[in-house]
Amino acid sequence: MEILFIVLPLALLLAGGALTAFFWAVHRGQLDDLDTPAYRVIFDQEHPRKDPHAGESSGSDPTFTDSERD
Amino acid sequence: MRNPPPPTSTVRCSHCDRPVPAGLIDPDRHPQFCCTGCQVVYQTIQACGLDGFYRLKQMVGGTDLPPARVTGEKYVAYDTSEFSDLYVCKLPGMVRSIELLLEGVSCSACIWLIEKLPEVLPGVIDARLDLRSASVRLSWDESKVKLSQIACLLDRLGHPPHPARGYSKRELVRRESRRMLIQIGIAGALMGNIMLIALAMYAGDLSGMEPVYRSFFRWLSASLGVLSLTWPGATFFVSSWRAIRARTVNLDVPIAVALLAGGVAGVVNVFLGRGEIYFDSLAVLVFLLLVGRFIQYRQHRRADDAVDLMFSMTPVSCRVVRDNEVVETLVETLAVGDVVVVRSGDILPCDGVVVQGESAVDQALLTGESVPVPVQKGSSVHAGSVNKSRVIRVRATAVGDATRVGRLMRLVETGVQDKPQIARLADRVGGWFLPVVCVAAGIIFGFWSWKTTMTQAVDHTVAFLIVTCPCVLSLATPLTMGVAIGRLSQNRILVKSATALETLSKPGLILLDKTGTITRGQPQVVRFEGRESVKALIGEIERHSQHPIGKALHEAFGACELSGFLRTSIRQVTEGHDGGIEATIANKRIRIGSVSFIESQAADWGYFKERVLELDNAGETSVLVSVEGVIVAIIGLRDEPRKDSARAIRRMNQMGWRTNILSGDRRGVAQAIAIQVGIDSSSVMAQNSPEEKLRIVKSLQERGRTVMVGDGINDAAALASADVGIAVHGGAEASLAAADVYIARPGLQPVADLLNMSRRTMNVIKRNLLISLGYNLLAGILAAGGAMSPMLAAVLMPLSAATVLSTATWSIWRIQLSDTPEE
Repeated sequence: MEILFIVLPLALLLAGGALTAFFWAVHRGQLDDLDTPAYRVIFDQEHPRKDPHAGESSGSDPTFTDSERD
Repeated sequence: MRNPPPPTSTVRCSHCDRPVPAGLIDPDRHPQFCCTGCQVVYQTIQACGLDGFYRLKQMVGGTDLPPARVTGEKYVAYDTSEFSDLYVCKLPGMVRSIELLLEGVSCSACIWLIEKLPEVLPGVIDARLDLRSASVRLSWDESKVKLSQIACLLDRLGHPPHPARGYSKRELVRRESRRMLIQIGIAGALMGNIMLIALAMYAGDLSGMEPVYRSFFRWLSASLGVLSLTWPGATFFVSSWRAIRARTVNLDVPIAVALLAGGVAGVVNVFLGRGEIYFDSLAVLVFLLLVGRFIQYRQHRRADDAVDLMFSMTPVSCRVVRDNEVVETLVETLAVGDVVVVRSGDILPCDGVVVQGESAVDQALLTGESVPVPVQKGSSVHAGSVNKSRVIRVRATAVGDATRVGRLMRLVETGVQDKPQIARLADRVGGWFLPVVCVAAGIIFGFWSWKTTMTQAVDHTVAFLIVTCPCVLSLATPLTMGVAIGRLSQNRILVKSATALETLSKPGLILLDKTGTITRGQPQVVRFEGRESVKALIGEIERHSQHPIGKALHEAFGACELSGFLRTSIRQVTEGHDGGIEATIANKRIRIGSVSFIESQAADWGYFKERVLELDNAGETSVLVSVEGVIVAIIGLRDEPRKDSARAIRRMNQMGWRTNILSGDRRGVAQAIAIQVGIDSSSVMAQNSPEEKLRIVKSLQERGRTVMVGDGINDAAALASADVGIAVHGGAEASLAAADVYIARPGLQPVADLLNMSRRTMNVIKRNLLISLGYNLLAGILAAGGAMSPMLAAVLMPLSAATVLSTATWSIWRIQLSDTPEE
């Protein structure tokens, strides 16, 4: 059972590695938002409809003209 | 008196799925819209190829969209250098990034809509939405697209953007929540490993283990345990040290005592190679306590985020006349003496005097008066009011904090500081917990040292201190509060401070604002006297009116049939600025308007003069109709109470609360409403300015628990200084900052729900405190009797925490809330 003297510190080292990965993720801001990613994953498959006019309408300035306002 | 709505009114808006008003239905068109906002958003979404949004929205069940708001703003100021110095972060190359808060983020399908920006608008590199704070982090290539273009597109998608103000505060919050997460991570990892080692030791105790391994495990356990106590566990030592220095006792003090006693005794035992160690229980303690704290912290943030958005909604830019040219500039650069051009629909950026043009401004933010006030050259106007009809030019007399809104906001801030502090239940328990435990520990130590050896006495005392550590006791309150606040926020009731729930759990006095709180805040026709044939005419003439009264008239009479001949002969509809409208039909001049509007022209009053006075006394606003100078009809309008107001007030009374009305409106009107909703007319306090409301709240507070329910800035100071201030739906943003609770649902039923929930929550908390005290008592007795073992402690502690959590969840989710939102 002498192997325990090596295996246990090794296990702790592994835990330390996992913790370091966790620190890195937290500092990168990956856990700042705990609500949105749950939904984001649902929408991964969806893409905007490729429309020949899509580029046009969004490329041109999508604002109101003054006549629309009044 | 009102006509029944025509059957076609079930047509639903293609964007927001709400019923389309009868006047706007166009039977020949497929997409139907309830307002121009929805129409613009729908068309933009289609043009961008983003129509998958509607499918996703149904998929996630987010059918409850609010009608879209599109400002039509050009966001010119977003491209100025002043703006980018303040808000934009410059990255290498031409890449820029900014954090914007968005309006109208209501369901998870919005994530998709907004995060597809890069695919829709070339030049946008990345867009990430944070659903909870409704903020988006954008990065874009400045050589390809301008920020104003992105902002315009967001606006046309129904999400008007605002730069996120208060960067340093949010950065602080972000750092704090990261720090807490890291602490939880460390505590969790250490706890897991110590428990594994402990498992090996318990197994060894049962089946035998060589001493060398046993001591190896003990050393390992001790070093990890000390790490857990000194690193993440340091929070409790720091907090209790602070409490001791301030000569108070909070619940952290007995926790720190237990952690310290367990840690020191454990290390000594490991050194001497004898006795029990409790590091597994201690590590669980630290972990559970940190998780409880994190839950509490996150619940508080939720409501703060909503307030942040509201704060950022004050206008960023305004149009100033410089060298005879109108330029768009940041509000921050505005100076006294500048002339500002305020377009229709804009919010006034400063206090000032009108120098050109005439219009009507909505001062609801300041006065609570929902009917726009006509202004002309020489009238003074205030920051925060909304220009309702035509372009005006205003010379600034006060800017920024010096404006009336700014001064009121300061009153609000001081009000928050003056609020009486209520000792928290958990800390009160902590107060007597410590002495009891200390005395008991002393007795146990004395008894065992007399009966057996000194070492055994120390062991039993330490075991006692650890198992009576009020870990679950301190978890019980935040966990239960957290579940309750989460439940409420799902019902769109945002609770900012947990102490509010505690305060609301016992009945007292509720002061209700009238306009917009008890009533809808929109006048409606309740009386019509005159020739029936006039109705159809009024409906047709008022079709294009923007005034709330005009809209109400159109809504009431718009469905009446008008003969084709008359319809085609309507000419020259002009809306006056003195509260009326004029039109020519079949060569006859028809005027519809207020008493003063009609008075200026009409000659023949008939009996209507007396009726106007009678209507005044009945709390109704009167509108007169004259044909060629002869008055033919009188219409009474009233801001009706919401359907559920009376029922909600009855519920409050049943719970033991007294209800009063505190209003800025005329006494007659307020009393008429009071009688309708079942409030004694003697408990109506009317005709009060914001400052008077504050004074009344303060004087009432001296007599007992006082809760204020209101919506506008004209009662924000009162909201802030009341024991609990509740801001209701549709209110001014300032009231959100001032209030402890914000209700994002119309009507008074949510207030009654909140009171009910608070009462029930406090009961659950008390029950949970009893459960955890019971656990402490049981474990304490076992330890005092010398029957406690590390294994028993390690099982009992998580068990009691799980009991408390499941009772909290189970009993709070069972509480019924009314969920019938009223339109």
